[in-house]
Amino acid sequence: MPDLLAPLDTLYLVTLAGMTNWSVGFVTTIAIFGIVVLAMNVQWGYTGILNFGVVAFFMVGAYTSALLTLPPATGFSDYILGLELPILVGWAGGAVAGGVLALLVGLPTLRLRLDFLAIATIGVAAILRTVASSADNLVNRGRGMNGLPRLFNDLVDGSDYKWVLMGTTLITLALVYLLVRAVTASPWGRVLRAIRDNEATAQAAGKPTVRYRMQAFVLGGAIMGLAGAVYAHRVGSISPEAFSDLFGTFLPWTMLIVGGAGNNRGAVLGALVVGFFWFGTPLIQEDLPGSLGNQVFVWRQFAIGLLVVVFILWLPKGLLAEEPRVSRFLPRTVAGPPLLQRLRDRFRGRPAEDRSGT
Amino acid sequence: MAEPILVVDRLEKRFGGNRAVDGATFSVARGSITGLIGPNGAGKTTCFNCIAGALRPDGGRVTFEGQDITGLPPHRVFERGVVRTFQIPQELGGMTVLENVMLVARDHPGEHFLEVCLRPWRARAREEAVRVQALEILRQVALDHLALQPARNLSGGQRKLLELARALMGEPKLLLLDEPSAGVNPTLAQRLVDDIRAIQRERDVTILVIGHDMDVVARLCDTLVVMTSGRVLVEGPPDEVLNNTEVQEAYLGSQYR
Repeated sequence: MPDLLAPLDTLYLVTLAGMTNWSVGFVTTIAIFGIVVLAMNVQWGYTGILNFGVVAFFMVGAYTSALLTLPPATGFSDYILGLELPILVGWAGGAVAGGVLALLVGLPTLRLRLDFLAIATIGVAAILRTVASSADNLVNRGRGMNGLPRLFNDLVDGSDYKWVLMGTTLITLALVYLLVRAVTASPWGRVLRAIRDNEATAQAAGKPTVRYRMQAFVLGGAIMGLAGAVYAHRVGSISPEAFSDLFGTFLPWTMLIVGGAGNNRGAVLGALVVGFFWFGTPLIQEDLPGSLGNQVFVWRQFAIGLLVVVFILWLPKGLLAEEPRVSRFLPRTVAGPPLLQRLRDRFRGRPAEDRSGT
Repeated sequence: MAEPILVVDRLEKRFGGNRAVDGATFSVARGSITGLIGPNGAGKTTCFNCIAGALRPDGGRVTFEGQDITGLPPHRVFERGVVRTFQIPQELGGMTVLENVMLVARDHPGEHFLEVCLRPWRARAREEAVRVQALEILRQVALDHLALQPARNLSGGQRKLLELARALMGEPKLLLLDEPSAGVNPTLAQRLVDDIRAIQRERDVTILVIGHDMDVVARLCDTLVVMTSGRVLVEGPPDEVLNNTEVQEAYLGSQYR
């Protein structure tokens, strides 16, 4: 967490350069969260899988990429592997690790009721954090993994690096968006949505629902693992306490609820809106009177909790509601209105289908 | 008589101490419309759920086309050609009527994750065929004008029709209809009877229907199976069964004796 906010220090110099630095860092962070929220959208938005341990998958991806790309441990550190592989291999490894973790957690729990999985995932996150911070000869315990290699290190020098980082992260977000959209706006996604809305119906329609839930859970876990790997190389060093539930699970959940579960564009929009609120708090801290300036980070947590409550009560579909049409192979059912119109409709509480031209 | 398409043999299902189905035995002749009737709580729907795999029976055997399907999960039962509807329609409200029906299509490559990723054109081609087929079925039950509406906009009667359309999309050999005319007005009930008869004629399908309304059942079915307290009381042609004094007593109350 402190690492993530590091680019924000420059704000104390209210200069154009400071503002640029902050913006670039902000966009990079939002892109990483966008990837996580898209993964959650596959699990919760489409399939109704309640994952309260998002940070566990994120963390496993981050550590896996660190272990694959760092040099072998020396006298002062104790961690396994250290294979010095290229970063892209580290990212792929992070995705695989996230997927494998999802498989391991899903096997015993996906047959059970929704809430059992939710509880299991909370437990997994706690266990992984404890193991990472206390197991000998595994991942350097509480000292964390430091000095992760930077992207394209030989090609760019220091001051341009932030741009490369932002560009690469945005491209990754775009690719993940395209993948998630391609597979969810399809007959496969239609089965997921059927399972979410009425499992008995999906079963009566001949769908092996447990297998589908597993596929969605593993896909989501893999994407969370990828996001964790991207994050690890962005911040350069990771340690167990950085992966708190608040930061890695609760914040992305808020983003999904605000953006609109079941809508991939909503997922990214939610990351942007909530992210601006969360990571933008330091921007106003300076201008606040003394005591409030000190408390602002506490108030931020309070406000974000309130935001969740407000959305669940009054805007349960989020900023962008899901479309009735699932499969992109079919003609649009509702003429897609411009984003602003759609937002206006949302806030007036008019249901999306009222705009139907049919 | 030809070999029955479905044989239910001494089927048992208990919920705690309650024997919902308690040794029910009956068979369904190929190509027939068989009615499963009985008073509330006789175990008809539980029986259905055991056949369709939604519940695992505690005892007995279900044989479909000569093969044991006892305790198979619902999608395996569906694979073999047994498709069921629900008494209370279980449509997916947020999805369009069209996609509610398309969901039930068999052998859709677009429902496989890797196919969607690697060969989306196959998914697209099959999707188009499925769409045409689904629209045809919707036309048959006169819901085609609502195809692009979210299913939650449908009326109660239209939901019953959608339930039927969805089952037809599964290309059933044996269609299990759970009270298709319960809770609908007499006009629509009559239409449902006509629709079900037409389906049976045109599609070479066997139908097992849970009935409630005696008029409807008598007009619709070739054979009736009467259940009370989890057992089969009597099995036979409608006029014979409905004149059976035991049936009248169990089903209608002793004052009709």
